[in-house]
Amino acid sequence: MNTSCYVVRSNAIAARALGDETMVMSATNSTLFTLNEVATTIWEAADGVTPLDEIITNKICAQYEVEQDAALKDAQALIEELAVHGLVLVSDAPIAKAGRASKASA
Amino acid sequence: MSLVLEMAAKALKMNIPLSVQLDLTYRCNERCVHCYLDHDDHGEMTTAEIKNLLDQMADAGVFYLTISGGEILMRRDFFEILEHARLRTFCVKLKTNGVLIREKEAARLRELGVESVQISIYSHRPEVHDAITKMPGSLRQSIDAVRFLREQGLYVTMANVLMTQNAADYKEVRLLAQELDAKFIMDPTVTPMMDGDRSILELNVDQAALKEVFRNQELVGNVEEFCAPPAAVGQDDLDSLPCSAGHTACYVSPYGDVYPCVQFPLPSGNVRETKFVDIWRDSPQLKEVRTITLRDMPSCSQCSHGATCTRCPGLAYLEGNMRGPSTQDCEKSFARTGIPSENLKSKLAAPRPVNSVQLIQIKGLQPVPQHLPRTATDGTALRA
Repeated sequence: MNTSCYVVRSNAIAARALGDETMVMSATNSTLFTLNEVATTIWEAADGVTPLDEIITNKICAQYEVEQDAALKDAQALIEELAVHGLVLVSDAPIAKAGRASKASA
Repeated sequence: MSLVLEMAAKALKMNIPLSVQLDLTYRCNERCVHCYLDHDDHGEMTTAEIKNLLDQMADAGVFYLTISGGEILMRRDFFEILEHARLRTFCVKLKTNGVLIREKEAARLRELGVESVQISIYSHRPEVHDAITKMPGSLRQSIDAVRFLREQGLYVTMANVLMTQNAADYKEVRLLAQELDAKFIMDPTVTPMMDGDRSILELNVDQAALKEVFRNQELVGNVEEFCAPPAAVGQDDLDSLPCSAGHTACYVSPYGDVYPCVQFPLPSGNVRETKFVDIWRDSPQLKEVRTITLRDMPSCSQCSHGATCTRCPGLAYLEGNMRGPSTQDCEKSFARTGIPSENLKSKLAAPRPVNSVQLIQIKGLQPVPQHLPRTATDGTALRA
């Protein structure tokens, strides 16, 4: 996965913050996931137009004591896991809101 | 602990309404004999009011949203409301009779990502199902809806309410659900009407039918375990909460009234007058519901079924006391285990009304008009 890829939350999910965690359910198979505080920060910033490395720099490294490379590696693993379950879409180019499903791959 | 239970425990601790049932309308295109609702429109919330409520509920932390009625598709703005609910990323479950769901509607429901759709199927026989719904052709239309939804890959549950009219049919309905690749659930309880009218309870099946259901391995799993005598009530049980109603769940009527649950019509506020989150946090009625543990229930805390009973606090409320027993659940515990609850024991010990038996016998001896059934089990004939 390209570290400057673009990530956007899928439309086919249900999600809600619960304290510092986020519950996310896949609408395709009703599997429930929870994201911890750091993963929630990445989830909320995944708008499809901000590159992943920028999210890590501005939202994670700025708030938590973590090296950029280590944070990026963990973030990539998280995004890959979320993408496998169809919870996010990933693309090498910014993902427009309308028709984003057709332009990006889960 | 499963993730779902873990989240529910966290919501309870944080006083968050994790689940809400929102009835969009009480209007319906069927007239089911056991229905607990008044189908007239007494001033339903507008589209704008409902969208605003959905925004408030999302902000309050509601995750599971069950949209029900009445028949939800009787509202012309149903899909507009559903779109808004999905935009606010609720996990949406629908309850419907399916009559108005054809291929187009099923495809739209899939596009909008609803989690599941529950459709009521009372019998595999049209003459039984349609007699219950009082709508000719309704079984065929509901089954078609199940097919259309399954073709779209949506999860479908076929819900079977057991009553005197269809008591013999649940096994066939279960097979039908298997054939259609739908989930099957069965509820052996007809509940009182929301206004407290208990006349429809006559439709409930008797002890013999309940016993048979509770000994069906395909429904209950391990019968020996399910029907075992109740375990002793421990201190932890006495401090346990009755159910999620008012704790992590509540109900909102088409008129904006908030209750702890659809089966627990304790008026707790109205979203047309007060913000949803303020009702949830500050309603004296909801606060009172939250204080009740098994220890506070005079009869149930002394009952051997206390730890294992399915007691519904809403049914207890409709019986007159939300800290009291729910006789329908006492009857279920009795059918399951053969051991009467404290409530049933006290009812049996109570003196019977002096005239009731004699009156029925006298009426039964009266001539029965030719057009009425000549059966002693038919209440109409006895009252003629």
